[in-house]
Formats: sequence, structure tokens, C-alpha cells
Amino acid sequence: MSKDIWPLWEVFVRSAHGLAHKHVGSLHAPDAEMAMLNARDVYTRRNEGVSLWVVKSTDIVASEPAANEALFDAPKDKSYRYPTYFTVPKGVKHL
Amino acid sequence: MYTQLVQPDESSAGDAGPEASVFEDKIDRAVTIEPTDWMPEAYRKTLLRQISQHAHSEIVGMLPEANWLTRAPSLERKLILLAKVQDEGGHGLYLYSAAETLGTSRDDMIDALLEKRAKYSSIFNYPTLTWADVGAIGWLVDGAAIINQIPLTQCSYGPYARAMVRICKEESFHQRQGYDVMVTLARGTPEQHAMAQDALDRWWWPSVMMFGPPDAESAHNEQSMRWKIKLFSNDALRQKFVDQTIPQADALGLTIPDPDLRWNEATQHYDFGTPDWSEFYEVIRGNGPCNRERLGARRAAHEDGAWVREAALAYERKVRERATA
Repeated sequence: MSKDIWPLWEVFVRSAHGLAHKHVGSLHAPDAEMAMLNARDVYTRRNEGVSLWVVKSTDIVASEPAANEALFDAPKDKSYRYPTYFTVPKGVKHL
Repeated sequence: MYTQLVQPDESSAGDAGPEASVFEDKIDRAVTIEPTDWMPEAYRKTLLRQISQHAHSEIVGMLPEANWLTRAPSLERKLILLAKVQDEGGHGLYLYSAAETLGTSRDDMIDALLEKRAKYSSIFNYPTLTWADVGAIGWLVDGAAIINQIPLTQCSYGPYARAMVRICKEESFHQRQGYDVMVTLARGTPEQHAMAQDALDRWWWPSVMMFGPPDAESAHNEQSMRWKIKLFSNDALRQKFVDQTIPQADALGLTIPDPDLRWNEATQHYDFGTPDWSEFYEVIRGNGPCNRERLGARRAAHEDGAWVREAALAYERKVRERATA
């Protein structure tokens, strides 16, 4: 029996309400067409969405956990990037 | 469905570097562990065992119910059961995918199942003798699974927790459809009522045993609980199952086959009898009523389907080669 395995695909679904495609899981399929069919069968059986993306897992470039500090720590002391940083004078509206 | 009797790996003695304390800290702060994060080898191996056992249970669990697909009493029941069995296949897929993030392949896991190196839940080694068994499985077996699985949506390993969220949503449908079959039978003719009672009689104790051996006998719970890949003890989950199922049986007018069952005013829980644990261990060892049949069916499906998997790959290769030619 062949030990060639079907590649892994990541599945993204967009719900009907205008939100972005969201990662919902993975599956194995020999090609894009079968990946799409399988994604439809497995991940949209209960009206979960109106659009599907399938992406080969190996095509996804992910950030390295070891680099988390360099990548994600900087914003922690930049609270001025949030509207709540600023005090609005009493009585001023629509800000 | 779900796991039982997972023996945590105990090769972790050497893990004590700075990475280990980062890992422990995440566990303590309930930050999920993700596939690319450092994790102790024993954590990885234990999880792999647990998730793959869980996945195998979903796939083998399709067999007892599929037994009644062609003989469902109405087209509606057949459609519902088909949808349920299809869900179980999906659950297997979510779980195999979660396990694969730990660095193994689905093919290797399936080989382990077929070569008896991996286990699946003992419950699926019991036969489905009548249509009422389909009801009892949905009500009791999926009911027990929900109790086991809801806490796992909060477990420490991200991909496993996320798979559980999806599974739990679908599992509620499974339990309701099972109970609905039981309601219909219990309120039907005396023969139908007797059929429902018979199914309860046969599925009750195997369902109670689904939560695994008593806490006193499963010393390995502790490590898994510290790692937050098991959140409640076997006995605690079992008590919850009994407490919530008794009123459901009462509503059906059916009798739980346990002479020791009684409400305990002091503990505010039901007291119940001791299952036949020797039967449990026999089934786990491969000597249940259907162990050979179930693995035989899985093996046949896997081998008979091999040419389809190969043909699909060959087709992909041909299309790709033509495109580049």
C-alpha cells in the first residue's frame, strides 16, 4: 500500500454576516478541488458560511513563538494608541 | 465520543530548563499551549495518546449506529441518523487534525489503531441489537461524552480545545435525537416500551464505565490534571452523569438497572452501585462482544479504500504534470 499521504489544508469560512473569513480547521485532500469539496462537507453542514477558502498548510507563513517578545511586546506601553487614553472634557459629546 | 484509560507518559524527568518554567507558567495562567510552543516530551506524548484515542473512538463509534441506517423505522429517522453518523466522521477528522499538530501523521495513527497499538472507547465494543439501541446510544453514550468533553473545551492545548468547541456544539444534537427516539418508544406500544427498557438495561453499565476506572485505581489522573488536559476526575464526571440522567429516565418511565440507586439527601447526589469492572478490563483488553468485528470492519474499510486514495493522488499528479508540460 502506498504511504504517500494527502497534503494538509487549512479551511477558512466566511459567515453570512459580513465578517472576515475565519479559520475553522484542517483536512487532508489530494488537490484543491477535493479540498474544497471536503471542506464543504465537513465544515459547512449547518449553514456556517457563504464562502470557503482552502489553503495548503505548507503555504502558510507563521510567526515564530521565539520572536513573540520582539513582535508583540512593543505595543504594551503604548496605551496612547487607544481612545480611552485621552480625557474628554466634561460635557463634550460625539468624540 | 471520548477517551478513557490514557496512561500519561512518564519520561519527563529531564525537563527542567528555562523553557519548562515558561511552559508551567502558561499552564498556571491558563494561556493555551500552541503547536509551535515548547512543551515537555511527556505532555506531547500523553496528549497525542489521548487525542488519537479520542479520534479513533469517533471513527469506530460510527459502526454500531451505521448498523441501523438501512433499517431505520422511517425516512426521517434515517436522515437524522445519517447526519449523526456523518458528524462522528467529522469529529474524527477534527481530532486527527489536532493530534497531527503534535508531530504525527494521520496515517500513522490509523496504522496504530489497526495494529491494536492504540485504543478506542470500550463502549463501542457492545452490539446494537435493536433500533432502541440507537436511542440509548444517543441519550446515554453521547450524554456521557458531552459531560466528558465540555471541560475539555478549556483544556491547555489550543488545537484540542478548539476541536472540542465544535464537537460539543454538534454533540447536543446527537443526545437530543437519541432521547427523542427513547421518548417515542417509551410512549409507544407495550412492546416498544419494553424495547426501550431493554436497551437501557444493556447500555446503562457500559455507559457508567465510559468515564474510566475509579479514581482510586487511576493514579495517573494527577499528572494530566496538573497539565490541564483532564479537568475533572473520573468519579466526579461519573457522578455528574448519574445525577443528570436519572430524572431523564424517570421522565421516560424507564427503570435504571441498579438496585443500589437512591437519592442521598445529605450529599445531594445519587448513590449508585459498582459496575462490573472486570468486564470493563476485559473489553479494554480486546475481549468485548464486538472488538474483533469493529477492528475487522475498520481494517476492511481502510484496505478496500486504498485504491481510491491512491487514484486521487495519481490524478492530482497527472493534472499537475500536464499543466507544466
